[in-house]
Amino acid sequence: MTNDPQAGRLLARLDHVTRRFGTLTALDDVSLEVGTGAIVGLLGPNGAGKSTLLSLLQGLRRPTSGTVQLFGGDPGEARNRRRLGSTPQETALPSSLRVGEVIDLVGAHFDERVPTAEIAEEFGLSTMMKRQTGSLSGGQQRRLSVALAFVGSPQLVLLDEPTTGLDVDARRTLWDAIRRQHDAGATVVVTSHYLEEIEALAERVVVMGQGRVLADDRLDAVLSRVGMSRIRLSSGTADSRERIARLDDVTHVEADDAGRLTITARDADAVVRQIVRADIDFTGLEVRGATLEEAFLSLTGGAPNAPAPRDPDPTPSDSTSKAA
Amino acid sequence: MTSTLTLASVHAKYNLIETLRIPIAVIGTVVFPSLAFLFFVVPQSSQFDAATATQAVISLSVFSLCVGSLFNFGLTIAENREKPWDPYLRTLPASGPARILGHLIATGGLSLFSLLPLVVLGALLTEATATPLQMLLGLIALAITSLPFMLMGICIGYAMPTKAAIAVIQVLFFALAFGGGLFLPPQMFPNWLEAVSRFLPSRHARELSIWAVQGGELPVFALVGAVAWIVGLAVLAIVLYRRDEGRRFR
Repeated sequence: MTNDPQAGRLLARLDHVTRRFGTLTALDDVSLEVGTGAIVGLLGPNGAGKSTLLSLLQGLRRPTSGTVQLFGGDPGEARNRRRLGSTPQETALPSSLRVGEVIDLVGAHFDERVPTAEIAEEFGLSTMMKRQTGSLSGGQQRRLSVALAFVGSPQLVLLDEPTTGLDVDARRTLWDAIRRQHDAGATVVVTSHYLEEIEALAERVVVMGQGRVLADDRLDAVLSRVGMSRIRLSSGTADSRERIARLDDVTHVEADDAGRLTITARDADAVVRQIVRADIDFTGLEVRGATLEEAFLSLTGGAPNAPAPRDPDPTPSDSTSKAA
Repeated sequence: MTSTLTLASVHAKYNLIETLRIPIAVIGTVVFPSLAFLFFVVPQSSQFDAATATQAVISLSVFSLCVGSLFNFGLTIAENREKPWDPYLRTLPASGPARILGHLIATGGLSLFSLLPLVVLGALLTEATATPLQMLLGLIALAITSLPFMLMGICIGYAMPTKAAIAVIQVLFFALAFGGGLFLPPQMFPNWLEAVSRFLPSRHARELSIWAVQGGELPVFALVGAVAWIVGLAVLAIVLYRRDEGRRFR
């Protein structure tokens, strides 16, 4: 028996988990561990497998192969979910129940529940306890949904897209509340397809795409990998593709049928400067920030001959400085 | 950990609150048995003696519970599974038995309550008679013997989507009602139908409830049959609940 109370204790674990829906593979051999402490951001485009992963941890679905453990046991067993908090998907609250009743209903499941008034205060719901949830605005419903995850004093909280559809102010208010709950001792896993949300909340980031874990690292390390730009140009010279691929900061180069090159780069300015300096012939230059989806594709190495994703550079600014 | 029974009553409570906030839904459940009684039994009741009239009231009570249970449980559960609130409730630390029991208490309780006006109408408008004790025994028998219908509804709700559930329930309730002797008394059945009828939970419910009210010899086949249906369907309901992963789309 270990007497180590908190530090790094394992809360949830996926071991080589695959989940298929018919012919669709939603999760593909995913292994992941969540210990006490950090806010973990689960980042990925729609359909990346984030919600499927959460539903496995919630005991809503079973893996096709591999094992899922929650607090050391099967999440399908009610007793293993005693220290788990989660939010209803979308805004799914029962419209005829009052705010206070919904909190009481959820709270009744937990031994160490936070008093209703206290949780209402924390999430700014105190003035609307007697209202039916159907009469709340979208932002209020979201706050209530997120509040429900914390009613049972959980050790592990799973938040699926907690702020989708909220305006900027409402989003910040909710982020503050989530941070306070985390400071009070809850480990939080939050999914989002907004890079901004993950940046605001998470300390550790797990990037998912096409059912796989593409990166699992500290926030700054992951940001340096997904914060990429996309350069497109046409070049008449035959060897330009290879020459560009060898430049610093270029992660990936792809040519389309018309011979137009698409370059994924960490620092677009530096790469353009290098192209000019190396006197590589080009026309029709376009530069824009890569969308998350494109950044993910470059992380997976979307094209057949693509290089493996680079290891995260601990000091990404260094690598660009020599080109400047 | 909070006990199964406590959680079942919590779920039953909020289930009832939700239902009662839309009163028209309740009125449907409560009025249906009385209306059916007025149309099907009262017009012919002048030809019935007291015993036959009492049996007619009991048969119709079983019929109401059978129809009400299949529809209320089957459709409500199938519909809920298609909404995102139900999957959320499943992430809470409540076991399958706790949630199923909660359904039984809330919806089953309401169904039993809806029999009260029927009993009053029966006493006022027909020759049917029963002492208060007999009525109480009858209600207890009805409550227990209608469990198979409720569990059947739960199984249907967890096994199929709403539209399929409607079709299955419509066929099932008609077969159960007729085959169980709820429309025509089993004494009028041909031999083959009488043989089949003895395996149906609707027949068991009818015989046991009549026995509870009117006494006589205990219909052993009905007792054994009812227990077998309850145990079998309860196990199936829990298996289906655990297997359920929400609605499946292909």
